[in-house]
Amino acid sequence: MTSASTQVNAPTPSVPGELKVIQDATCTFCGCVCDDIELTVKDNHITEAKRACVLGKAWFLNHSVEDRPSCLIEGKPATLSEGYDRAAQILTSGKYPIIYGLSDSPCEAQRVAVSIADWISGTIDTTTSVCHGPSGMAFQGVGEVTCSLGEVANRGDMIIFWGSNPAESHPRHFTKYSLMPKGMFLPNGRKDRTCVIVDVRRTKSAKAADIFIQIKPKRDFEALWTLRALAKGIELDPELVHRETGVEFSVWTDLMERMKACKFGVIFFGMGLTMTRGKHANSEALLALTRDMNAFTRFVAKPNRGHGNVTGADNVVSWRTGYPFGVNHSRGYPRFNPGEYTTSDTLANGEADCAMMIACDPMANFSQPAREHLSTIPLIALDTKETPTTRAATVAFTVATYGINTGGTVYRMDDVPIPLRPAFPSPHPSDYDVLTAIEERVKRILGVTG
Amino acid sequence: MNLDYTKISQGTVYDPLNGIDGQVRDIWILDGRIVAAPTDPTVLPSRTIDASGLVVMPGGIDMHCHIAGPKVNVARKMRPEEKRRGEQMPRTNITHSGSMGSVPSTFATGYKYAALGYTTAFDAAIPPIAARHAHEEFEDTPCIDKGFYVLMGNNHYVMQSLMQNEPQKLKAFIAWLLNSTKGFAPKLVNPGGVEVWKTKQAGNVSGLDSKVDHFGVTPRQIISGVAQAAGELALPHPVHIHCNNLGMPGNWETTLETMRALQGHRGHITHIQFHSYGGGDGDENTFNSKVVPMAEYVNANPNITIDVGQVLFGETTSMTGDGPLGYFLSKVYGGKWFSSDTEMESGCGITPIKYRNKSLVHALQWAIGLEWYLLVNDPWRVVMSTDHPNGGSFLAYPQIIRLLMDRTYRKDVLKTCPPEIRNRSTLWDIEREYTLNEIAIITRAGPAKILGLKNKGHLGPGADADITIYTPNENKEVMFEMPRLVIKSGRVLVDQGDIRQTLIGKTLHVQPCYDHELEKDIQEWFERYYSIRWRNYPVDLSYLYESCVVPTL
Repeated sequence: MTSASTQVNAPTPSVPGELKVIQDATCTFCGCVCDDIELTVKDNHITEAKRACVLGKAWFLNHSVEDRPSCLIEGKPATLSEGYDRAAQILTSGKYPIIYGLSDSPCEAQRVAVSIADWISGTIDTTTSVCHGPSGMAFQGVGEVTCSLGEVANRGDMIIFWGSNPAESHPRHFTKYSLMPKGMFLPNGRKDRTCVIVDVRRTKSAKAADIFIQIKPKRDFEALWTLRALAKGIELDPELVHRETGVEFSVWTDLMERMKACKFGVIFFGMGLTMTRGKHANSEALLALTRDMNAFTRFVAKPNRGHGNVTGADNVVSWRTGYPFGVNHSRGYPRFNPGEYTTSDTLANGEADCAMMIACDPMANFSQPAREHLSTIPLIALDTKETPTTRAATVAFTVATYGINTGGTVYRMDDVPIPLRPAFPSPHPSDYDVLTAIEERVKRILGVTG
Repeated sequence: MNLDYTKISQGTVYDPLNGIDGQVRDIWILDGRIVAAPTDPTVLPSRTIDASGLVVMPGGIDMHCHIAGPKVNVARKMRPEEKRRGEQMPRTNITHSGSMGSVPSTFATGYKYAALGYTTAFDAAIPPIAARHAHEEFEDTPCIDKGFYVLMGNNHYVMQSLMQNEPQKLKAFIAWLLNSTKGFAPKLVNPGGVEVWKTKQAGNVSGLDSKVDHFGVTPRQIISGVAQAAGELALPHPVHIHCNNLGMPGNWETTLETMRALQGHRGHITHIQFHSYGGGDGDENTFNSKVVPMAEYVNANPNITIDVGQVLFGETTSMTGDGPLGYFLSKVYGGKWFSSDTEMESGCGITPIKYRNKSLVHALQWAIGLEWYLLVNDPWRVVMSTDHPNGGSFLAYPQIIRLLMDRTYRKDVLKTCPPEIRNRSTLWDIEREYTLNEIAIITRAGPAKILGLKNKGHLGPGADADITIYTPNENKEVMFEMPRLVIKSGRVLVDQGDIRQTLIGKTLHVQPCYDHELEKDIQEWFERYYSIRWRNYPVDLSYLYESCVVPTL
């Protein structure tokens, strides 16, 4: 019953030599998912991307349709149909198939990927497991007090970035959502806000801060618990705090006073927190601090998510299986166990015997043992361009780029779903098309009629 | 001409909307709808289902549950612990796998509703900006028709047009929002209170006449204004209200005031159990039931309908668009807490909870729910609900039916609760038992009528062929927990608990007309404050697997 109705919007081809303008296009480069981009298209090339940031401009303007076959089997050009057959055969003959990636695919394609994992009793995992997976686990421990980005723009008078460097990772974050906007209750924009940045190094974002706090590397947990203690009025040893966090005690007490005095505080946190010593314990400390602050004022927290639709992946996997990532179906029903069913671990443990990688590049960024194992098993890869992973793949599909060549739905980092307005068509199939074709074959092989 | 008829033959039919109360009848189905029996006696059905000795009812309608959208999905993510140890839902050759716990995954939700004999369900609280999300989940929630109510009680444009005394703008906005979201009805959740929660620590309104910061309007104005506008728009289900002060001792007066604020307009007060408490000052000793005087008011005012929000003993997840309530509950239970404020529109609170029969407060909540079913005289105006999953799972409906139909069982359960309950509620003294016909009213015919669904909740010609067939049993919980057959749109989906085939189901929504000139004003406001673009906000029809527009009255 996979979303027979879900037709991913097809763009109209442009007339040679004519300019086409796409209003309110959505940039899927990062989790900000800016949906106010004005694209100018000429001869199937984007010539202008108004309002896009430096990353967004690079994303749109450098986009060209890959001049390579839509399908390669063992490095040789093949028809799509042959590729679908081979992919389905690989996925249905494995004892421990895994499907991974998804954070640069629209929700429509993600849903099909979860279906396939279900039919083949495989594992479904997303890049969340290597970025904010620890935040997801922390969330399961303490919950989260949060809000949509428009709330930050309209109300946030104290903005803290912790282990996050939006000036480089989310360049429009400051101007569009967090620092500069003149919001409903903040008529003077930046002047009405206090910005605090906590990091282990002086990042490019630090310039934007009213207060920059440089903590000792790997001491986020201690710093956050210092604040939790101060919030509750627990007496601390200033010397010890200084030694453990690398920051004068008075800086922390001053910060806590400001946090209590603000009207609507926001903490954005990044992988500088989640992927350093402590991981989910760090995220949990930050989420708990935010919760605690609501005894004094309003305070919210939000992970600054990276990939364009990693938030959609969390949502789709959750609504279909009940768990956000790292979900295994080997018993016929979903089970969740980060560290076991998360792909980097499954591969490093030498457990998976075939894999499908969707819009991700584990051969470039996974650990050595994981890459070594991945290179020994049949592999299917879907990507818009050639990567170390597609090069290693038994079956490699070149797919159209979401948001540029294909439509669909993307969830912004604050769970707001946004439709895509593609600019021009691609000769390659979308990942939705490829996955749907593979799913049909998988179902036929397994005798599934649902 | 060979038409492909199905006949359900000789069942004992309960079809209250057509005045059929346990008579033996044949029901003919053609192309997914119920039709009159062919007049030509030579016309034979392609398929006959022998229902002799069985009970036949329209498919159940859950008019208030939480099954889709951002809040429900966050609750799924948040509670792995109860899924691991709970029932598992393995995949089959025709069904997807899923997980249960108090907040089942989408596929599991659809299959479980169908297996229970329910064929239609409405999610009660969708933030408009997340409507697209709800529709995406609906497409993955099989076997039932679905719709949702759109959160409006703390919407800035609603409050602004009331503040500026612009009823035409308010009316246009409600219609525009329902069209844009493909929603079914306006929903008010703690009107005004969620906005105050966004502005200050533990913020909330205290009653119908406390002013909302910045906007200067009162909950009473929001309730009256929206009820009036919805009435003028002739919406099939005008306004669905989660009152202020949910769960607070002494809140019964707030609820009565809310009913008065409707000023005679049609309005539905939801999960009223949570809004019927006497006492005050947070002192448990004064906590008591006020159902008797409230039911009197409901009995006397036919513009008001209610659903109960029955509490069942056990563990579940509280989820609400009522942000300050979520904060309150998280402090009571001390567990993990999720809260999310949505720009211009709404809030949200989620926390795990457990209702214990040994707790006086919880046992009273349970008793108060049952009092509501038993003290409202007209069953057409009271609807079965658990506010799934807030009071308990929808899977508890058979248990509630038994409690209503079997007073001996009811009293046996009551005996396991603290005896003090008998001094604080009238449940022990109520002898009323529901009939099967009344059960058919509060679980299908009544909600269909209250929702303005002309094709649902009955078995007359023209109705959707959504039919549930039960095997009679002395124990009504056994009878209702596993229907003999469940038929949706004319197709047998479930046979004695086994899913035989699936379908995706329709999405029920409304398209009220409005003055498009006023859209400019909405757009201007929208572009000033929202973080997404005006054109990217409305949900287009491609997101609905099968659209079914329910006409205005």
